[in-house]
Amino acid sequence: MSKIDLLVKGLVEQHGKTRNSLMPVLQGLVQQERFLSEEAMLVVARELDLAAAEVYGTASFYTFLDTVPRGKNIVRVCKTITCHMKGKEDIVNAIENTLKIRTGETTHDKKFTLLTANCLGWCHKGPVMLVNDEIYPDLTPQKAIEIIEEYATLNGH
Amino acid sequence: MEKKVKKVDIIFETALDTSPLDVLDKTLQRSADDIILELIDSGLKGRGGAGFPTGLKWKFTKNEDSDTKYVICNADEGEPGTFKDREILDRVPEKVFTGMTICGYVIGAREGYIYLRGEYNFLLKTLNAKLDIFNKALKDRNIDFQIFVKSGSGAYVCGEESALFESMQGFRGEPRNKPPYPTVAGYNFKPTVINNVETLVYVAMICRIGAEKFKALGTTDSRGSKVFSVSGDTPIPGIYELELGMPLSRFVDEFGDGDAKAVQVGGASGHCVPRKLFADTIIGFEGIPTGGSMMLFNSSRSMYNVLKDYLEFFTEESCGQCTPCRVGCQQLLKGIEAVKRGERPPAYLDEMKKLTGTMRIAAKCGLGQSVGNPFNTIIDNFREEIIY
Repeated sequence: MSKIDLLVKGLVEQHGKTRNSLMPVLQGLVQQERFLSEEAMLVVARELDLAAAEVYGTASFYTFLDTVPRGKNIVRVCKTITCHMKGKEDIVNAIENTLKIRTGETTHDKKFTLLTANCLGWCHKGPVMLVNDEIYPDLTPQKAIEIIEEYATLNGH
Repeated sequence: MEKKVKKVDIIFETALDTSPLDVLDKTLQRSADDIILELIDSGLKGRGGAGFPTGLKWKFTKNEDSDTKYVICNADEGEPGTFKDREILDRVPEKVFTGMTICGYVIGAREGYIYLRGEYNFLLKTLNAKLDIFNKALKDRNIDFQIFVKSGSGAYVCGEESALFESMQGFRGEPRNKPPYPTVAGYNFKPTVINNVETLVYVAMICRIGAEKFKALGTTDSRGSKVFSVSGDTPIPGIYELELGMPLSRFVDEFGDGDAKAVQVGGASGHCVPRKLFADTIIGFEGIPTGGSMMLFNSSRSMYNVLKDYLEFFTEESCGQCTPCRVGCQQLLKGIEAVKRGERPPAYLDEMKKLTGTMRIAAKCGLGQSVGNPFNTIIDNFREEIIY
């Protein structure tokens, strides 16, 4: 059995073999793999007894259920109005320069994907970004770079 | 007349002598009808933005004949400029759980769910730990009610109640046709009460302090207080619980930076109020209601950029299910860009206002229906900034 097979079976066992479990199963996969591969979605369809199109249809609706390859760390900079006013552009530029990628891209070593996101709910402490599930408010370009560098060393081999 | 906004401390207040579980024990000794009557009497309306009377919602659901019913706490706080629900769940989660349990008792539900937006996943660990303790306390008291958390995955429209149910059921977060309303067919198509996080805390607090104390705050149409999320051009951004029914001018005196030219009341889907209307605008259900989002803009801000930002947001977050919203949002965005570039005459703005009228009538849910709020209020009050 492949790694994905085992992972999906475990998640289905944990959440139950019903349609209502589809979101938690997909979320659990993304937690581990950062994105949903075609293989993963096919296994989910088989295990939950759903058409593959239903799985893809649901997954592709949600911003956080990515269906294209993503890096080990997903950085999402809030781009909505208040963060916009407080300088999210500078944060994005700083990260782009540090990682040498543009927004929407993944670094060659697959460690980082840089994205922008709609309102993250920290308008009083903008600009703000999420790295995976962790939130970083009150950013400055310097602070953002330091956080990125910290993740780079954390996951360094 | 009082010149300052009245700050209130109900939501975040933590009494030393009365824990949320004490409130629960005391409340569950009363009859369900008695609790509903007190909620109706309190005048409490939903704090998520739509403002439906909470007591009535509970009464309708209680009256449904079904073995299975659900209580859902809507924590899919996605409206730009709103961040109070996160703070409530972080600081006083037990009050939320208590409100949900009271609801379960009143309507006859055995399961409650908190639908937490994916952007707040960092809260999950502590929230689940506190829920374990709370759920065990319920079991120890032989109360047949348990609360679970379900996560969202980054979709603004899932804050719309029927889209939220679809998401919980493992489908695309596309709103359903209404009726039937959630009180009849909600989660799993069973009778469901879905309340905003803040509403559930007010329920618990009304059960503790009584409807009279709550009613003493606010106005006839807007009873009580409300948690406001204040952001933008303000020296003191943050979360404030304020009495409802104040004029916007008083709010701006307190929170503005002295140079406020507009306040967006109610988030991206709310209304933009220009300085000349501050004094005549009441914050409440008789004026402009809000889920709590108050974004201030000073004279250095381009309202074109503000409107463009909102329209980009709606274009991305429209679920795409119905044409008026999917195409409407795109056309409004393209339209203001074309007017700005001079490719369309200024009169095109009036054509687009007609389009928002169509969207209000024809769009399936609140998302498409309310895009006209920011669009029309910004176009009407800041037309020059859009054109030139």
